[in-house]
Amino acid sequence: MKKEMLSEPAVPNLRQSGLSRRKFFGITGGLVAAGMLLDACNKDDDNPSNNTGNTINLGSGDTGILNYAYALEQLEAAFYMQVAMTPYSGISSGEMSLLTDIRDHEVAHREFFKKALGSAAIPALEVNFSSIDFSSRDSVLTTARSFEDLGVSAYNGAGQLITSPDYLVLAGKIVSVEARHAAYIRDLIANGSFAGSDVVDNNGLDKSRSPQEVLSIAGAYLKSSLNANNLPTS
Amino acid sequence: MNFANILNEIAKADPEVFEKTSERRHVLKGLGRRIALTALPFAVGSVFQKAYGKTTDAVIDTLNFALRLEHLEAAFYNKVLTDAMSIIPTPAAVAAFTGIRDHEVAHVNFLTGAISAAGGTPQAMENYDFTAGGTFSDVFTNYDTLLAVAQAFEDTGVRAYKGGAGALMSNNTFLTAALNIHSVEARHAAHIRQMRKARGADVKPWITLNQSGIGSSAVQPIYNGEENTMQGGVQINGIAGGIGAEEASEAFDEPLDAATVLNIVGPFIM
Repeated sequence: MKKEMLSEPAVPNLRQSGLSRRKFFGITGGLVAAGMLLDACNKDDDNPSNNTGNTINLGSGDTGILNYAYALEQLEAAFYMQVAMTPYSGISSGEMSLLTDIRDHEVAHREFFKKALGSAAIPALEVNFSSIDFSSRDSVLTTARSFEDLGVSAYNGAGQLITSPDYLVLAGKIVSVEARHAAYIRDLIANGSFAGSDVVDNNGLDKSRSPQEVLSIAGAYLKSSLNANNLPTS
Repeated sequence: MNFANILNEIAKADPEVFEKTSERRHVLKGLGRRIALTALPFAVGSVFQKAYGKTTDAVIDTLNFALRLEHLEAAFYNKVLTDAMSIIPTPAAVAAFTGIRDHEVAHVNFLTGAISAAGGTPQAMENYDFTAGGTFSDVFTNYDTLLAVAQAFEDTGVRAYKGGAGALMSNNTFLTAALNIHSVEARHAAHIRQMRKARGADVKPWITLNQSGIGSSAVQPIYNGEENTMQGGVQINGIAGGIGAEEASEAFDEPLDAATVLNIVGPFIM
């Protein structure tokens, strides 16, 4: 198969301290939650932009919305990179292949926003996955479902905040892929739940969430603190 | 949704808006606080209709085009669940089609209501030929053909909503509603594609390059352009290790304009 693990230089945005522990993950068999390992690795990391306790300002206008999306894609990419590096026990080859696809998509989204934002991009975020048991299929898929459904609602809610038609279309190009991910993950958890009544209402509409609602949920998985106060609200 | 800000923006663009709605001004102020978000499209539409006569033609046209596609999809799944029940192999498949059908019917009702409330004339249901003039002659007797047509409709729907979003930018309520439908169509598409994969089709929940995974060239226009890897001036192919043309194309779905969509669905409409 064409799929291979990302080599370390291929992931410029993620903390090297976490990623360089791939061999260590191999030794521990992925039984230890990744967040704990990332914690343990913090002390020898000297990247000033990642210091815990820093508040990162997303900015305003369309730039702020792009940074908001960039933050979410960083979170998703980091999650699936960990999933691909330390697959949960009992993972099937089909699941491994498509979860690796999803990782690639999220990395592509993350790198797209980083390039599109250029010097206006927020720094690489520190994630906190201490609540996730990466060895457990149930823990991983439940978290993946949360992330994907959250991402769908985030892009749906951000559409009206975007002023550039080009960026609106780009958000649209990404959100439907996130929805495809969400449907796949949900079907892995319970076949037929791809568009369950917990996410699609009686009008057949998916959820949309404001940045504030999204970040209050995503914040549990981030050590970095994000300031969304200057984002557009309408 | 910040209803007060939408009104403020309109007031800026047209200072007379509040005079046009004079006796309804208190209604507007109350609306923002009292009405549930899901009810807003109708409430907003009816108030604006009285102020302006109708929402802009471009917005109505876009919603009506979406409605036209939803009618097609709803009629298709209704037909599946009546004429093709005997070839649907599992209860899970029946449940999937039923759930999708219910969403498409809900979309028809929602859009019909929204267009009416905004002062437009909703597109009516049309007559359909789900064989597309004989191209899919066994659509309701061959389960694999049925699934292929379903995939074609869902992937087309995703592209159509994406293509229509820009025309709704002047109306946040309708834009958000359309986006909330768009992602549901993508969920449907992913599931139908997995149903096909389970029967041996070479597809994934997402679209790789311009590959349909369907053995009929008639559906190719639905997938042409999906192989794009340039996004907003950024080349995604090679943007990171492991991201080649396939991954880059999968990571972004592509829009279609209404004319192209009409060419695709035209053969199904009598």
